[in-house]
Amino acid sequence: MGKSGKQDMLGRRSLLMGGLAAAGGTAICAGAALAQQASHGGGHRMAASDAMAAPMPSMGHGAMITVGDVDSAANGFDPTDMLTDWDTGTVTTLPDGRTLRTFEMTAEDREIEIAPGIRFPAWTYNGRVPGPALRAKEGERLKIVFRNYASHPHSIHFHGIHAARMDGVPGAGMVDPGDEFVYEFDAKPFGCHLYHCHAMPLRRHIHKGMYGAFVIDPDPERHPDQIDVARSRLFGTPENAGWQELVMVMNAFDTNFDAENEFYAVNTVAHAFMKRPIRIVKEKPVRIYLVNVIEFDPINSFHLHANFFDYYEQGTTLTPTLKTVDLITQCQAQRGILEFTFAEHEPGLYMFHPHQTEFTELGWVGMFDVVEALA
Amino acid sequence: MNETLPRTAIRAARTNLVWLALPLIAFAVAVVWLVTTDPLSGFRNGAPPVENLTFERTVLDDSGLRLLVRAGGSEPMTVAQVQVDDAYWQFTQDPPGPIARGRTAWLALPFPWMLGEAHALKVVTNTGTTFTHEIAVAVPTPQATAGQLRLQALVGLIVGIVPVAVGLMFYPVLRGVGRSGMAFLLSLTIGLLAFLLVDASAEALELASEAAAIFQGPVMVVLAGIGSFLLLMAVGRRGGVPTGLALATYIALGIGLHNLGEGLAIGAAFAAGSAGLGTFLVLGFALHNVTEGIGIAAPILKQRPPLWTFVGLTLLAGGPAVLGMWLGSLAASAQWSALALAVGAGAILQVIVEVGAYLMRQSGKRLEVFLTPPVMGGLAAGVGFMYLTAALVKI
Repeated sequence: MGKSGKQDMLGRRSLLMGGLAAAGGTAICAGAALAQQASHGGGHRMAASDAMAAPMPSMGHGAMITVGDVDSAANGFDPTDMLTDWDTGTVTTLPDGRTLRTFEMTAEDREIEIAPGIRFPAWTYNGRVPGPALRAKEGERLKIVFRNYASHPHSIHFHGIHAARMDGVPGAGMVDPGDEFVYEFDAKPFGCHLYHCHAMPLRRHIHKGMYGAFVIDPDPERHPDQIDVARSRLFGTPENAGWQELVMVMNAFDTNFDAENEFYAVNTVAHAFMKRPIRIVKEKPVRIYLVNVIEFDPINSFHLHANFFDYYEQGTTLTPTLKTVDLITQCQAQRGILEFTFAEHEPGLYMFHPHQTEFTELGWVGMFDVVEALA
Repeated sequence: MNETLPRTAIRAARTNLVWLALPLIAFAVAVVWLVTTDPLSGFRNGAPPVENLTFERTVLDDSGLRLLVRAGGSEPMTVAQVQVDDAYWQFTQDPPGPIARGRTAWLALPFPWMLGEAHALKVVTNTGTTFTHEIAVAVPTPQATAGQLRLQALVGLIVGIVPVAVGLMFYPVLRGVGRSGMAFLLSLTIGLLAFLLVDASAEALELASEAAAIFQGPVMVVLAGIGSFLLLMAVGRRGGVPTGLALATYIALGIGLHNLGEGLAIGAAFAAGSAGLGTFLVLGFALHNVTEGIGIAAPILKQRPPLWTFVGLTLLAGGPAVLGMWLGSLAASAQWSALALAVGAGAILQVIVEVGAYLMRQSGKRLEVFLTPPVMGGLAAGVGFMYLTAALVKI
């Protein structure tokens, strides 16, 4: 029915109520959230409820956040730990003196909790989503032993340079349930890459969780003119230890299988870094290996608040491809390296999120908690 | 002979008791066997449970949004997260925990809703299944304050009581009508009632489709309609065929029950923000209902009932509109509005039958009376007037 004469009846009083609702909404959030929180178990209740109870700057979004906490212990992986949890495999030396780096990977069906209280029937590498963040050095020989313990055929398709036989597509490295395959190739080119399953239907295999970061560090000896930059990128060097490195895989989940995502995140768990901000020591520069794997939406992006960064598209250069930006966009499988510092900033909480506000409001948003160096 | 009779009777009663118990015991054994041996486990194919969630009420006030949801899953359902306009919002659930099949819970969100705008709600369960609910126009939900109740009573008065009273005020004029004029008035009543019957049935079925599956809406509507029809027929014919004041009272009751359902529907739509009760709309309803008073007056034209009966008839036919407005805006869910409309439809059918029978007796003819010009004219006028005035209120 129409709304022709409604205004007469509602009058000024209701307008006032609407205004009160707007004002009241934010004030209520703290108490309201805690009530529901108690019903969820979860390993990190303390940290989360601390963040909720005090009206700290993270409450800028008010009550607009998921309720409760994900049980990371039951999941077997933690979004914060995954930021710095590199898989460097096992290293041996080949007869010709080259380094052989071997990674062990499995495919497993697992139900994981992707947002507080939401179970998702995932397909995983090594039981986690995203899969392990593999890290190698330019020029090494890589061997990836892949065993499929899952219920469907899977593969690992690496973004890198390799033979057709090693491509991980149907007919080349596709692994049936119960089978095994060994991918072998040289680590090149250096950069921030990714791997994912290339079994068909591709969209479903990626969306169900079969992807991960694959980083090849530059070999300083091959880049004599930029040896310091290369050394700072090489995992394990003292120069590299001066950086705070984080790996972030931007992913999303379509929990009702309608080809639209219900939850967006970095490293799977929606709102994880709103509830537990990422601690950043002010003086140390930050380097983020950022990979986008979302399905259904054509692009994703990364926006840093109150700061600007240098960007290395796909990480395959030692000089930035974009200088002094606070926003980059990535289509699926696009990735890059972000470098920035909070050295000149005052300590506090600095937000980061994609500038697709819909993704932000559906879980992909976080905070850097910039602190002074510990005495 | 006299002593053996009770003994055989007792024996027969005992045997009957055994025969009664036997099927019940057999069923109990079947249940125990099903539960303990679980022969249906072969059907368990790893599929997630079937889930269903119905939104029964939406309350918007200065503390945000509150939603009354009813679970209809094969297993208890857990509400994990709630989105408003594609954003997750904190919420509290009362009572907390999984919602059992057929049970309800309130979800409260501190959401700063925007007056006059639309909002889309999406509930995500622990399996990732989503259920959506549209708030077409966000307006504050009427509260049970004295002012609000008075306002709704006023609307109910205008759409329910005033037109009936106005219609009944034609009584002195109508008293002078002749035989064919009387036939015209009675068939006018049948026409308007026929319109209400179709209208109420359609509306009841439409509302029933919005209700939770557990209520089996369409079946409930049909059964409630037939049930109320048969019940009223039986009550009405207890002391013979109803005529005069009795018939007028049944017409008033049928119209009253219809107005109750109508009031519930208007009240609920008003509360949901989907109906604006402007002056024009309210007047439209009033005009639409004026013929109801004439219909009630028709059977008592040849009598001279005391004045208070007119007051009683007016309240019986129009009063429920006020009651419906209150209940509809403050408490009712779709299934209750559908039920009230279905009961009203049954009552209207009873009145149509009785007025038709009265018409046939009056004329001394049988079914042929419906083919006479005054009756056909009356039927057409009744249906036509209702149809045309309904155009004022259907949007």
